[in-house]
Amino acid sequence: MTAISLRGARLSYGDRVLWDGLDLDVEPGEFLAVLGPNGSGKTSLMRVLLGLQPLSSGSVTVAGGNNAVGYIPQQRALDQSMTLRGRDLVGLGLDGFRWGLGLRNSRARRIRVDAAIESVGATRYADQPIGLLSGGEQQRLRVAQALVGDPRVMLCDEPLLSLDLANQRIVSELIDKRRREADTAVLFVTHELNPVLPLVDRVLYLVGGRFRVGTPDEVMNSRTLSELYRTPVEVVRVRDQILVVGAGACEEQTHHLTAEAAS
Amino acid sequence: MTIFDLLELDFVQTALIAAAVLGLVAGVLGPFIVTRKMAFAVHGTSELAFTGGAAALLLGVGVGYGALAGSILAAVLLGVLSRRESDRDSVIGAILAFGLGMGILMLALYKGRAANKFSLLTGQIVGVDSTDLRLLVVSSVAVLAVLAFIYRPLFFASVDPDVAIARGVPVRTLSIVFAVLVGVATALSVQVVGALLVLALMITPAAAAMRVTASPLRATVLSVVFAEVAAVGGILLSLQPGLPVSALVTAVSFVIYLVCRGVGAVRRRAA
Repeated sequence: MTAISLRGARLSYGDRVLWDGLDLDVEPGEFLAVLGPNGSGKTSLMRVLLGLQPLSSGSVTVAGGNNAVGYIPQQRALDQSMTLRGRDLVGLGLDGFRWGLGLRNSRARRIRVDAAIESVGATRYADQPIGLLSGGEQQRLRVAQALVGDPRVMLCDEPLLSLDLANQRIVSELIDKRRREADTAVLFVTHELNPVLPLVDRVLYLVGGRFRVGTPDEVMNSRTLSELYRTPVEVVRVRDQILVVGAGACEEQTHHLTAEAAS
Repeated sequence: MTIFDLLELDFVQTALIAAAVLGLVAGVLGPFIVTRKMAFAVHGTSELAFTGGAAALLLGVGVGYGALAGSILAAVLLGVLSRRESDRDSVIGAILAFGLGMGILMLALYKGRAANKFSLLTGQIVGVDSTDLRLLVVSSVAVLAVLAFIYRPLFFASVDPDVAIARGVPVRTLSIVFAVLVGVATALSVQVVGALLVLALMITPAAAAMRVTASPLRATVLSVVFAEVAAVGGILLSLQPGLPVSALVTAVSFVIYLVCRGVGAVRRRAA
């Protein structure tokens, strides 16, 4: 059974069509990266899959529905004085959306939360105030928060943004481990493909109402991207990284590449 | 009269029960109010409770009902008008100023006893009668019951709104429901500590508790304990010397806050 399925999906705001005729099947265990410039409808696609935004036409199904989805947002600075521990954040991912106080089955709950924290290697700092943790530590807990509900689909919205290279690797490997072990489908919105390139099965590239789905090799080449952007775009492979050069297509930031070359 | 003679008096006992009930409600709501950065909203709501109370006085209706109506109206207005976080501050400021002005106008038009006027601003817990007490207890039970029902999603929406929205929590509806709960609790507190000092029960105990623990459960328990100590303790301290209740409630509450800040600072340095 497919994990995510879009049929003839169209999303428009008034006259502005973000995308139209989008057919997409994401299989269990598949890692799909969603790329495209700002305003191309990446976030809107995420909102559609989360059930927050109705399609203008077409249909969408997500296995297990809203409550079975694991969602990882981008890392944001949290208030230092916030009365919240990593353990509490993870617990919210399990049952925070349910009504009531949730006093029953507290032991079973604790076991699941502990297991999720353990699986991302965050046990050491799970009881500290979350505002005092580093961005990388917070983002690991975010992964645990998404995993604790045993999701069949993980929706990741720029989860590596503002992390350093080492933490980008740790967080993306944790997500990769999950989909390999539990056959969870991963939809990964990013403006930067390189940190997850070895993990990606397919790419959905959105540009100005046009889109292309395929393996990284099929999509990330000069011809395809030039067609999508309707302007000459050069795609260069440097070692195991992809560099996109061209008008308006400089979404791919290169500073991480230079940082890596320097180290 | 010794303090023990005073404790025999009916109105003193009523006052203590009222304070204990309020301490519980304020203590439970407090951590949410602090997390959601609603201190100014509570202050604004309490001013409108004062306006509602003044209107009720003028119309010859029970002051308690007027205060309740005023602050619920304020809570809904604030919830609807300040959809965006950036608007909230200025919306509260505008409504607060107008509401206070109207309240003063209505008090000026009121021809009754002056003590009734004054108690709306500074609280008159020893004036709480059994009808007021019944309204207080029933409203408090209602507030706590609704809060228990929305507790988890409200907590999710308060500390982690982005993910809460993604997981289907009705964040905007919850924030209006919570504003109404705060409105009811504020209106009740106005009777006890007065519009100007509501913050001492609704904010200070929770702010103090959140200085010394990162566990939300422990913060709530401590917040209730601090609010009870401030409310009940403040009344007990005020009895013998015959000082204003609100002054002592705020003083106790503030001392607890200072101590907790100190403890928090020491711990943070040690960590």
